[in-house]
Amino acid sequence: MKQLKKPNEEKIASVLLKKISKLTDGPLRFMEVCGTHTISIFRSGIRSLLPKGIELISGPGCPVCVTPVGEIDQAIAILRLDDVILATFGDLMRVPGSSSSFHQEKAMGSDIRVILSPLDAVEIAQRESDRPVIFFAVGFETTSPAIAAAVKESSRKGLANFYLLSSQKLIPPAMKALLSAGKVKINGFILPGHVSVIIGKAPYEFIARDFNLPGVITGFEALDILEGIYMLLHRHKEGKAEIDIQYRRAVKEAGNQRAMEIMEEVFEPVDARWRGLGIIPASGLALRESFARMDASTAFDIPYEDKADPPGCLCGEILQGFNVPPDCPLFGTKCTPENPVGPCMVSTEGSCAAYYKYGGAQ
Amino acid sequence: MCLAIPGKIVSIKENYLAEADFGGVRREVSLMLCPEVKVGDYVLVHVSFAIQQIGEEEALETLKLFEEIEEHHLETVEKAE
Amino acid sequence: MKNRRIMLAHGAGGKISHELLHELFLPFFDNDILRPLDDSAIISTGPSKLAFTTDSYVVKPLSFPGGDIGRLAICGTVNDLAMVGARPLGLSASFILEEGLAIEEIEKVLSSMREAARQATVRVVTGDTKVVEHGAAEGLYINTAGIGLIPQGVDVRGSKAMPGDLVIVNGPIGDHEIAVLVARGEFSLRGTIESDCAPLNGLVEAMLEACRDIHVLRDPTRGGLAAVLWEIANDSGVQVVLEEESVPIREEVRRVCDLLGFDPYYLANEGKLVAFVPQEKAEKLLKTMKAHPMGREAGIIGQVRAENPGKVLLRTMIGGHRLLEPLSGEQFPRIC
Repeated sequence: MKQLKKPNEEKIASVLLKKISKLTDGPLRFMEVCGTHTISIFRSGIRSLLPKGIELISGPGCPVCVTPVGEIDQAIAILRLDDVILATFGDLMRVPGSSSSFHQEKAMGSDIRVILSPLDAVEIAQRESDRPVIFFAVGFETTSPAIAAAVKESSRKGLANFYLLSSQKLIPPAMKALLSAGKVKINGFILPGHVSVIIGKAPYEFIARDFNLPGVITGFEALDILEGIYMLLHRHKEGKAEIDIQYRRAVKEAGNQRAMEIMEEVFEPVDARWRGLGIIPASGLALRESFARMDASTAFDIPYEDKADPPGCLCGEILQGFNVPPDCPLFGTKCTPENPVGPCMVSTEGSCAAYYKYGGAQ
Repeated sequence: MCLAIPGKIVSIKENYLAEADFGGVRREVSLMLCPEVKVGDYVLVHVSFAIQQIGEEEALETLKLFEEIEEHHLETVEKAE
Repeated sequence: MKNRRIMLAHGAGGKISHELLHELFLPFFDNDILRPLDDSAIISTGPSKLAFTTDSYVVKPLSFPGGDIGRLAICGTVNDLAMVGARPLGLSASFILEEGLAIEEIEKVLSSMREAARQATVRVVTGDTKVVEHGAAEGLYINTAGIGLIPQGVDVRGSKAMPGDLVIVNGPIGDHEIAVLVARGEFSLRGTIESDCAPLNGLVEAMLEACRDIHVLRDPTRGGLAAVLWEIANDSGVQVVLEEESVPIREEVRRVCDLLGFDPYYLANEGKLVAFVPQEKAEKLLKTMKAHPMGREAGIIGQVRAENPGKVLLRTMIGGHRLLEPLSGEQFPRIC
């Protein structure tokens, strides 16, 4: 979130918008995969400036949105055991489970700590050595190496009371599943800039090669996003399906090797349920055998139970880009940011919350 | 899915821990994912981990971005008009 | 009300706080004087108008860079009176003390209060103390009340904003909440930002002298700038358009917001006000404000329009726009 307006930011934006306008010759849909992009797009007011022919739809890259109800329920069940401390990122506090949320559990007296870093969870475990500390870890490839590093650190320190409940997911398999299902109609992808800092360019090549669509790895400033859209339009006009990097200042083609190594040392890919999308093969991360002692999913004898999505909730369709928030019968009525039904409304980056808060102006 | 902001490494401690300065605010970060980083380097930080080393110029994100975009695009539009 | 238990969110100044107030408390006490819900109640007694306000202070930690709970208590109450144009006549201060609290701690707080009262030229004229068992009150809670006199011809209320008005703020936003957050050490951030906690009655007096026709004054405390602008837009039935590039925010506050994923428009302030004034009076008012120590960094940040009443629109850096709605509850730091 930048604020320092350089003297010509608005001018440069208008230049990019002019170029975008010139290249827009018919209705086009681009999917921004990453939830942080959804937020940036709304906050910067880009939607109010894009030419009518360009539609931006939000994809499944919102780790909070795709966390299944059953996983929240499982975490809450473990939390309700004696003396348990749950450490989690703030993003998860308001996600609704079947009957409660971490926010509500905290109000009832549960010990939940909001952390900024996975290492904070390790530190809590070290300080509160006689109590179980569960780190409910959610995120994509940007965050997983840090989570892996924390697991290694906990192991190095011999902390017997540190546990991990992993709800981590991987982006490329989800995109592959989305595209393979053949239902989504899009002309290109705005690819997640920070996930790509870790994984580089190669994992997205299949989008161009097998599905003949362009993708641009994009940063998060308003001008980044505008330039990214311009680059997508350019490829579309050329008729060339390529994966390009707009976020040149941060993304290396090869990604961060060391980060990927650490991630692979600690985690292995497993099939995972994505809320609204069902089970996607090899799209989640679980602790490897050598770290299995820390797996909260098995250590507390409270297994994960699959739960159905709330009736009427269109989160799944919205996450796949089939519908927009106003299509959902619950949007703005039964489902609001104060009383959310599905995670798309809970998460500040969820399509529905962003639409609710910012969408009215457009 | 990801807030990451640039910071400058001002000191390095043991066990990959370092002090990073973010425009006046400081926090401890881990260099476990970028072990080759040195004092004075700029890094992109996510959940208090350095995830990529970036150049000093790149760290002044908006400035660099504006300059680049200005170069690339401003001229071509002005020529076309 | 869906929530049947109190949550921390109820104290955050956002939509859920609003719901608590309107759906639980107000129905029990509804009356003409209470209904406008300005920062102070305005009570007419013949020719004069009195302002009356109350507040409680529960901040943790008790002390932070730029102030403490005592300073907050004096300034917060004085400011609520100032926001309806009133000069403070006197304050009450009621203390709930936790068993085991050190006398030195209380002395520090009282010393702060004395200094703040001196700055605000107000006196504490009545008070009370209670002691609760160890474990309650987290050290110290303070409750205050304030009475003030509204000068003749002054009529400043949340429902008076009019199309064409300009919106002025007296300085950078977000300092207080960030200072307290850093002082709490929860996220192990280290910074130098100080709370802006200060009395505004001197500034308001100077402003009213320069421009009797100020329509609205409001101090953006919990819930931030977004919350007060939204309240005013709704109370007055107008749209407020804010210019993103004009809203002053200190660099360090921006950086902390970046690190935590916070939006500065929702951060609490304790030494800031927004003023809604007729366009033609704005320049003179701004000049007066800038000449005052509490208004050096004052600036115009927006304007009022008639269409789309009840909405706050932010015109963004790149010339686009988005709606600024109050938050539901408190902001949590986020990683995404």
